[in-house]
Parts: sequence; C-alpha cells; structure tokens
Amino acid sequence: MSSVRQEGKDKIIFVTKEDHESPSSAELVEEDPNDPYEERGLILPNGEINWNCPCLGGMASGPCGTEFKDAFSCFHYSKEEVKGSDCLEQFRAMQECMQRYPELYPQEDEKSSNKTSQDSAEESGADANKLQYNVIHPSE
Amino acid sequence: MLKCRTVWKKLAPLARSSSTVCRQNVKRTGLNNGRIPTCVPAANMSTGPGGLGGDNLKYTVMVGAACVGSLTYAYFLLKGDQKRYQERIEEITTRSQRSSKEEAATVQSEPLAVEATQTKAVPEPVPEAAPSPEEPSPPAAQAEQPAAPAEAAAPSETTAPPPATDSTPASLKVPSHTPYLLIGGGTASFAAARSIRARDPGARVLIVTDEPDLPYMRPPLSKELWFSDDPSVTETLRFKQWNGKERSIYFQPPSFYINSEELASAENGGVAVLTGKKVVHMDVRGNKVKLDDDTEISYDKCLIATGGVPRNLQVIERAGEEVMKKTTLFRKIEDFKLLDNVSRNAKSITIIGGGFLGSELACALGRRSAESGLEVIQMFPEKGNMGKVLPEYLSNWTTEKVKREGVKVISEALVKSVTCKDDRLEIHLKDGRLVTTDHIVAAVGLEPNVDLAKSAGLEVDSDFGGYRVNAELQARSNIWVAGDAACFYDIRLGRRRVEHHDHAVVSGRLAGENMTGASKPYWHQSMFWSDLGPDVGYEAIGIVDSSLPTVGVFAKATAKDTPKAATEKSGTGIRSESETEDTATSPVASVTPVPPVAHKDDYGKGVIFYLRDKVVVGIILWNVFNRMPIARKIIKDGEEHADLNEVAKLFNIHED
Repeated sequence: MSSVRQEGKDKIIFVTKEDHESPSSAELVEEDPNDPYEERGLILPNGEINWNCPCLGGMASGPCGTEFKDAFSCFHYSKEEVKGSDCLEQFRAMQECMQRYPELYPQEDEKSSNKTSQDSAEESGADANKLQYNVIHPSE
Repeated sequence: MLKCRTVWKKLAPLARSSSTVCRQNVKRTGLNNGRIPTCVPAANMSTGPGGLGGDNLKYTVMVGAACVGSLTYAYFLLKGDQKRYQERIEEITTRSQRSSKEEAATVQSEPLAVEATQTKAVPEPVPEAAPSPEEPSPPAAQAEQPAAPAEAAAPSETTAPPPATDSTPASLKVPSHTPYLLIGGGTASFAAARSIRARDPGARVLIVTDEPDLPYMRPPLSKELWFSDDPSVTETLRFKQWNGKERSIYFQPPSFYINSEELASAENGGVAVLTGKKVVHMDVRGNKVKLDDDTEISYDKCLIATGGVPRNLQVIERAGEEVMKKTTLFRKIEDFKLLDNVSRNAKSITIIGGGFLGSELACALGRRSAESGLEVIQMFPEKGNMGKVLPEYLSNWTTEKVKREGVKVISEALVKSVTCKDDRLEIHLKDGRLVTTDHIVAAVGLEPNVDLAKSAGLEVDSDFGGYRVNAELQARSNIWVAGDAACFYDIRLGRRRVEHHDHAVVSGRLAGENMTGASKPYWHQSMFWSDLGPDVGYEAIGIVDSSLPTVGVFAKATAKDTPKAATEKSGTGIRSESETEDTATSPVASVTPVPPVAHKDDYGKGVIFYLRDKVVVGIILWNVFNRMPIARKIIKDGEEHADLNEVAKLFNIHED
C-alpha cells in the first residue's frame, strides 16, 4: 500500500509496484501533429527532410554538408524500384568529399558484403521508416 | 559518430547496389555490342548465359581490378599529400618561431612594440613560403595549433614570446564582412552554427571567441574528465563514457571548421572560428562590431552567445592577491587543467558553493581523495547539497551521499573572511569556525556577460540578469541572444534565464533557426541532469526551485537504477543526447548482474513534481532515466492534475 507523508510544504508518497499497476487516470492533452512550434523528427509533416534534426548530427552542417544534402534528398525523393539507384553521382560526390575528412567521417568496413543488393535496399528503406517513427513518436 | 554510422549503413547498400547496377549495365552493353549484327531476341536469350559466360567473367574481373586499383592509388596519394602537408606546417612553425624569438630578444620590455614588429615580421615569412594558394591555409590552420603549444610553453618562456606566437593569427586577415556572426564560441554558438548550416545551404558563419579553444562542451569538465584513467587527460581532453566509447569534449575536430580567410570564397560556405578575439563594441545601426584589436566586422545577422563569468565572493576579492592566487573560479578548460594540477599537489582543497558545480566537483575530487589522501571540504550557506534545488528531505539525503564520496561537508557556513598564513589559506566562518586549506574553488554562480549591452543599446534584465529577449530569442531586429546570457520569455513558464548545457543547445539551435527565417518561439523545454558519483543521478526539466511546494513519489531502487546503467543503455555520456541518439544502433553490452545495493534511506528512485499554483512547472526524475519525453509533455500541457500519484504512474518508476 502506498504511504503518504507531509514535510512542511513537501509531500512524500511511497508506492509499491502493485500500487502503480492500474492504468493512470491522468489526462494528457492530445498532440497536434501540425503544431508549428514542435520539434520535428527527420521527416517533416509535409514530407520534406528536416536537416536540422539532431539525429543527423553534423552531417548536414559539416564541410560535406552540401554533398550530403544532395545525396540524401535525391535518395528521399527517388521513385526507383531500388530506391536511390538514380543518385549514384551524388553519392559518389559525397563519398569523395568524406574521404577528404577522415577525422570527421570515419570510413566503416563493409562487413555485411554478403547481402544481396536487393535485401540491403529493402532494409535501408525500412530503416528510414523506423528512424522516422522513432523520432516523431519518442518511446516512453 | 553513431549517427554517422546509421546514415552510412543506409547509404552503403546503395553504393553497393549502384556499383552492381553499374556492372550489370556494362555487361549488358558489352553483350549487346556483340550481338548487333544478329537481331532475333528469342534466339539470343536462349544462348546468352551459356555461350557468353566467358565474356561475363572477363568483364567482372576487369571492372573489379580497375576499382581496386584506383582506390589503392587514391589512398596512397592522400597519404603522401598528408605527409607533405605536415612537413610544410612544421617548417613554417619553426620559421615563425625563430623570427618571433629574434624580435622578442630586442624588444622584450615593450609588449606593444613586440606585437607591432610581429605583424611586420610574419607577413614576410608568409609570402616567402610560397606563391601557391595553399599557403594561406597552413599558417591559418596553425593558428589554432600554436595556441595550444603556446599555452603549454608559457610557464617556461618569457612573457614576450607567448603574445608573439598568439599574434601571428592576429596579423592574418580578419574577414571584413560575414553574413552570420556569432559572438562567443561556446555550446549555444556551436548549436546555432550547426542549425544555420543545416537550414541555409552554403551559409558562411563566423564565430568570434575570446577563448583560445574551439567550441567544446562544459559538463565533462566537472564530471567525466575527472573519472578518466588516462594520465594525459588534461592534454587530450577525451573522456570515456560509461559504455567505453571515448569522445573529445570538443564538439568537432579542427577539420570541421574552415579558415576565416577562406570564409568569403568557400564554395559551399562553412563555419570559421576566430579564437582569442574579443568583441568590444557593437554598432547596431551600422550592423558591425569592433574587436579588441580595432578590426571591424560587419554582419547581416548576429548572435550574442557570450555566456558568463564565474562569480566570486566579495570576501575573497577583498582578501588580496595571495588569496586570489590560491583561488579557482571554475568554468573553462584552463581552470580544469589548473585544478587537476592542484589536486595532485595540494593536501587540502575547499569548495565554496553547494549547487550543481560545487557538488559535482566535490564528488569528483572526493573520489580522487580516496587514492591520494587529499582532503576535500565543501562549504555552503544552505542546509544541504543542492539546497536551492531539492526539497529538504532529498537535499539531506544527497548530502549524506556526497559525504560518502569522501567529502567533508560543512553546511550552513557563511564565509566572513579569508587570510593567507604560512602559505595556507584560513577561512573564517561567521559562526566562529575556522577552516585551513591549501586551495579554494569558488562555485557560487555565474555572472552573465552583458558587456555589449551599452554600445549595442540592448536591454538587460534586472531580475535574472542577461540580455532581455523575446520568446523568439530576438533582442533587436538582426540580433539574437542564446545560452547562459539570454533572459528570454518562456511561453509556458514565464520569463527566465537558464544556465544549463541542454538549454544552450536548444536555444542555440532555435536562434539559428530564427536567424535563417523561422519564427519559432522557445517551446521545446530543455532539460538538465546531474550525477553525484556513478550511483546516483537525476534528470530534471522546467522550474526546479526548492521554495516551491513539491510532491515526490518514490519506489525502492535496485542496482539497475544508476546513471551508469542509463548511459550504458543509451550509449552516451551526455544525457540530453540520449533522447536524440535513440535512432542510433544500440551499442549495449550486457550489464553483469550486481547484487542489489541496500539503501537504508528510502529515496531510491522516483519522480518529484514542483508545483506553482497547482500546475506542474518542474519535474525531477530521480534515478529514473530515459523518460524525459513524458516529463516534457506534462510540463507542456500545463494542466492542473488532481492526483499527482496518477501522473507518476505514467513514468513506470518500478520498471527499468
């Protein structure tokens, strides 16, 4: 059972796990998905990319920011079957730029080179959606 | 870096798929070329795979070999370039040092004259060096590096050479105009720079700071850096987060920034940092500022993020130079280095101040005292640690915790006077007690830096200090203020000034957004956190003032509920990042089960609500982590809740 104590203006309540098992009756105000003031995730409500998303770190603002933005925008709006396959030029430019700053963009080993290109493309598409979901609806 | 990895993982398959598509195309064109004379598709398809298998193989091998060959060539080319570049820089450094040493020998007693001759001497080696366009960048790049070796060499050299080496960057051209000028090179400024670059493609941003360092984060200076096992931590300034991942306190390495001379011409813009320069005058009508070396920079949009200067106790200021020499006002990297040095040599250190900084330093030094026998004393006027933040019962609990970290806590202590006797400091308290110590650290608050208010005609707030700005962080038409120096209007919580790291990030980011055309008010509530050793920590949001009525809901803590476990889960040491780093791949190593810690006191973990007129205006998550979004939501709603226990249920305090 929960115990309540008052120390001057401060109230102290101790609760056991059972006390908190029943769902909360506290009411929260409904979220407005189009609230202009809210911090947005990676994808804005109008479908555009939020370059200022903290999740991107310094990618869009660093020395290769322009190349990154070009490549990622192209990928985002790509309607090809293999998403982004029409963006080779942009990705190449970005990769070239990033190689000039190895301190900022450490080159990863391609450990999973066994995967077929189809699988990887699907996964990257799914990843992008999951990324979006996580950021817009932060887990509790 | 984690974010990098996620994005990279997404892009890598594309690069791969693109190359396979490429190869397929090549093969297809090869095949088609071979088949142009014949034109019966059906027949071709049936013979295709079998008959032309040999050609396929040849093409794959050729393309593969070409790729590998070109990559290896590029790699070696870059390596060779880097080596040549390094050699060039070393050459130039030694050359300029030699010339400055010569000058210093002849004009040692007149530092001004030295600087004047320096400005003349340096342009000579620079044009000498080479006509190639690359040359301006090595001297400029070295500007940031000599600042560090210059500091290290300072004790051994005479006073003339250090200003000489520092003035070599001074003689380099300061840009006369920049579209975005950020005054101050701290957290808020860096966040704004990042925001501007993200939103305005090709933006040119100039940061002007009077510190010699590139932008860095302050929280590790009083926490993680002290727990490092690396003896060279004062040089590297790298700290290991709980999960073993290391990072530097600098937001970005020097290669992220461009040189200030290249700012105007850089094709895609960039962020340039002018270190060691102070803005002394601001002409709002003319949209320009003047630096301490009389150069002027005009701007289109300006951010003031000058932070503040640590406050000192009047009794110490009046006590004379001997006492001042043994006192540290802790805020910057150099203060950390100094205090680290003192902690290794002194026998006793006293921290005056019982707030965040004082308590964190006390705990950090207390941990050191276990190995070295250093006496760590903390004194403050309140009844317990964090007395102005935590309700009394929790403040008392915290004080016991701090004592267990090896700190001698003297509460309800008001300093009457400080004297220096026999090379030791004597602190006389108002109630008659006497404390003898070797060194004092004063952590008694921050004085916001509003030096530019007069020349710029900016309003200063009399209640909270700092520049008065509106909800969009704007002071006047082209001037914004962010970070510790901004007294802003918070739509939910009213006018306030916040001195925390996450606020600097949030307000800096917001100012950057507004400088690039958004008109967003301060809405996303920033949070803050504090750790008192690795076993107890809390995250908080909103107005957390112990004078407000509070409601605390607690459960018993287990060993799983420690800051260590929280950062292990999220993979970061900077707690405000644990929310946004959610998107990164989880780096968790399994936490080996530890026997549950027995708490004789009850406040293991819980949630504390701070109320103002029955509305929750502040929340502390006590040893409960990764639930800040819920807390943020409750504050944002600003509703009156009849039963706060019901609200507490939303936090699942019994779960991990």
